[in-house]
Amino acid sequence: MYLRSDERGPAMTNRLALRIAIFGGVAVVLFAVLFFRLWLLQVIDGETYLAEAKNNRTRSYRVIAPRGKILDRNGKVLVSNRTSLALQVNPRKLPLDPAERRAELSRLADLTHNSLRHLRRTMHEKLKLAPAAPVTLRRDVGHYLIYYLQENQDRFPGVEVQPVFVRAYPDGTLAAHILGNVGEISPEELKEPRFHGLQPGDEIGQDGVEDTYDHYLRGRPGLTRVQVDALGEPTPNGRLVAKPPAPGDSLKLSIDSDVQAAGEAAMAEKGLLGGFITMDVHTGEILGLGSYPTFEPALFTRPLTQKQVDETYRNPLAPLADRAIAGLYPTGSTFKLITAIAALESGNLQLSEVIEDPGVLEVGGQEFKNAGEAANGSVDLVQALEVSSDVFFYTLGLRMWDTGDLQHWAHALGIGRPTGIDLPLEDQTLLPSRHWRNQLYKEGGTDRPWSAGDNVQLATGQGDLQTNPLQMAIAYAALANGGTVVTPHVGLQIDDAAGRVLKEFAPKPRRHIQIDPEYRAAILEGLHDAAQNAGGTSVDVFGSFPIPVAGKTGTAQRTGHADQSWYGVLAPYPNPRIVTFVTMEEGGFGAEAAAPAAKKILEAYFAGRLAKEASSEGGEG
Amino acid sequence: MYATRARQARPEPFAVHPGIAERLGLPYMDGPLAFSAVALAIFSVFALAQTTQHDVPGSPYYFVDRQAIYAGLGIVGMYLLTRIDYSRFRELRVGIYTFLCVSISLVFVFGFAARGSRRSFELPFFSFQPSELGKLLLVLALAGFVIDGARSGSDWQRTVRYLCLGLAPAALVFLQPDLGTALVFGAITLAVMYVGGVRWTHFAAIGAAFVAITAIVLVAAPAVGTPILKGYQAERLTSFLNPSADPGDAGYQQNQAKIAIGSGEKTGRGDRATQTRLDFVPERHTDFIFAVIGERYGFTGAALVLSLYALLIWRALRIVTLSKNSYGTLVAGGIAGMLLFQVFVNVGMNLGIMPITGIPLPLMSYGGSSVLATFLAIGVLQSIHMQARLSQKGRFAW
Repeated sequence: MYLRSDERGPAMTNRLALRIAIFGGVAVVLFAVLFFRLWLLQVIDGETYLAEAKNNRTRSYRVIAPRGKILDRNGKVLVSNRTSLALQVNPRKLPLDPAERRAELSRLADLTHNSLRHLRRTMHEKLKLAPAAPVTLRRDVGHYLIYYLQENQDRFPGVEVQPVFVRAYPDGTLAAHILGNVGEISPEELKEPRFHGLQPGDEIGQDGVEDTYDHYLRGRPGLTRVQVDALGEPTPNGRLVAKPPAPGDSLKLSIDSDVQAAGEAAMAEKGLLGGFITMDVHTGEILGLGSYPTFEPALFTRPLTQKQVDETYRNPLAPLADRAIAGLYPTGSTFKLITAIAALESGNLQLSEVIEDPGVLEVGGQEFKNAGEAANGSVDLVQALEVSSDVFFYTLGLRMWDTGDLQHWAHALGIGRPTGIDLPLEDQTLLPSRHWRNQLYKEGGTDRPWSAGDNVQLATGQGDLQTNPLQMAIAYAALANGGTVVTPHVGLQIDDAAGRVLKEFAPKPRRHIQIDPEYRAAILEGLHDAAQNAGGTSVDVFGSFPIPVAGKTGTAQRTGHADQSWYGVLAPYPNPRIVTFVTMEEGGFGAEAAAPAAKKILEAYFAGRLAKEASSEGGEG
Repeated sequence: MYATRARQARPEPFAVHPGIAERLGLPYMDGPLAFSAVALAIFSVFALAQTTQHDVPGSPYYFVDRQAIYAGLGIVGMYLLTRIDYSRFRELRVGIYTFLCVSISLVFVFGFAARGSRRSFELPFFSFQPSELGKLLLVLALAGFVIDGARSGSDWQRTVRYLCLGLAPAALVFLQPDLGTALVFGAITLAVMYVGGVRWTHFAAIGAAFVAITAIVLVAAPAVGTPILKGYQAERLTSFLNPSADPGDAGYQQNQAKIAIGSGEKTGRGDRATQTRLDFVPERHTDFIFAVIGERYGFTGAALVLSLYALLIWRALRIVTLSKNSYGTLVAGGIAGMLLFQVFVNVGMNLGIMPITGIPLPLMSYGGSSVLATFLAIGVLQSIHMQARLSQKGRFAW
């Protein structure tokens, strides 16, 4: 071999020089070929090609890609697509004569049960967005209309029937608030960077996971290129290119359909406004999340009638609002868990400390009483949680009223701050604090500055507190898992059309806080006693539940409303896997409305285990 | 390389008060090489600015901004590589080769699918296509292996070993599937082997095997019902032979590109260009950017661009002859081969004399990975040039 690694140039061997010369020669030849060909095309035959370019008559049409499916954690389809026939008007092919054009549009308006004015306005608005593109007048047109149009094609030039994809919801309202809906992109949205490459008339997710995971679900439209003659009509066999549309990837949610359905059924059964959430305490995966009243997501696949608009957007019950993540409520006694953590961790309470509960506590001349005027006598923390002694926690609130400890720990546990959930429309919650109230007072927004009474109220989840089941569930989960404040999420993974996993979502926890294991055990014990020990606040509901749980009732007073029922439960005790939170406006005591609903959700979650126990008991009997 | 160290003992004539240009190493760089590369990148940004304004609604400079940023990063990367002694890459050849294969394989696992093929990772700011950088990595690693194995095994064993080393990553890329890049990997392998002195008879054998495999892939395998290439790949590869008769996708693209270039005539259509502005030519910002130049600026502009490529490749070949060691010779040869192959196939595809294979035009086609990788390759060439110049002057870089 003539090459030696330790040999250094310029002592190049003749053979290498020859090879490089040949290399150069090849390069010269190749470039000569390119130059010659370029010369041939541009200088010799240029005129011919210029004529061809001027005569180039092809039209491109986009072929819409189907959106990806949305599945629950077990692969059950929550949202899929169906094809629907859409009636479109191609403005380029309408008669040029104004009178004829008007006559045709008025015939069309009659056929579609619209007024001519309405039809013209629709067309005008759509054409402003996408000039010369076909305008969709109606989807889901009936076959009779299609046959009629086909038989009378000469009377309807420019009217076409196109198959389009429409979202389909096999389970009706199931998980409506999580799923959201799709709709045409607005001119403002078109300018956002995340929608780059989209065109007017394209559909995007408008709410829920359809919005948050739109990027994955959307798919990419294909392109059909059609050769047209001088009049713009496709020539026979003129279909040139078909870049097939790429269907969207499918989204797997952490939702468990059975848990979700049980929660929604329990809410509907009571018929009270409210929301529920069930979440894995370790990962933040949401197994069920719903709000009552709910709505039909399929509603948005067709143009809304005035009646439907009134029922959805102007309804005072606001069915579109997701009360589980966007509600703004005081939480009642469910907040006591947070007060307990704050008091213990800040040294304002010793585990064994006993506080006298005579049924009333006077703070600054104001009397704070126990619910139902009960007097519980001497209670320690575990007992106070079991019987939900208000005076015990009022006392803690009073001890911490000017230290800020309660706010510090509630804040650390995620109350009154964004949770990072992968759903749009998270509302501004409020954790009342000395700073907030004094600031408000300075600006004249309230009649008095922060006082001990405010903190006493906060200690039992009353007063100015505004939060929702989601934040409470996160705080409970943090206690249950030993201090990890999880990031709640419903998106689990993205699969491509072939079923390959493209992406898995496991958002990092928001933060970790130190909770003493002894404190954790004591608080959980108190909650367990409250749910399943004689004398506990929700023992009527959970006393006979075969799985040990730790649950806390809440009865929140809202001005202008009857008491709001709350229930938060961790199961199984003592090492909880899930947290469930339920709230129902005007539902009365926590044990009355919310706790039974929470029990139904737990039954659905533990269905397999419960059935096994039932059968084994049956076998023994 | 050891010889130069020995020479270092001699007094340093230049080191007393080096000027700023000397400190930056400018006198040791190849000026025409840097000029042609930067000029081509500027040309690319310019052409993108004039054709892609309406591609992304609301952001007329979407492609322009990105391409300019990639080119800027590429130039910085090129300069940094210039200041590194490329010979170090030889010692790292096993690591480089492993990284190459692993990064390409990882695309199968984590990759982001575009147009039915999985080639790139999605990073926060752009999607990274490992196979583009892989071209350079393959040159660096393979050249190292050729030097390393120069004295072991028979000639045939060596030839087969080089072929296997080069074709393994090519096969991985082919499976993505990305036929174009796989072919570039093949071209690189052959170029390095050629400069590395593999016998002519072996090349003849490889050529014969290639013809046989092509016949099997394109004719025999589909005939017996087990096609190896995807339908569109085979269609693209063969349709250039008779594009007008082909009603499908590939022939259409090629015809439209040809019409675009032809209609540019001598001086170009400027803003009256229709072919590349009105979406007749697909992929005009990537694979068919040469058609954009041809239509807008005519023979004048297209010939200028081709001349810049000719300059680029001439300088690359010149560096092959200058290199201070055999490793540099092989690396420069591999890079020159890679550039020549890509330019010829891409421009040839635009001109209708080569099949559509999805090979980007170096430095001009839109695409961060490609622009960046090409600049880095040129940086390696500059490094070889610099080391050669420094060793002539009796100085060692660092």
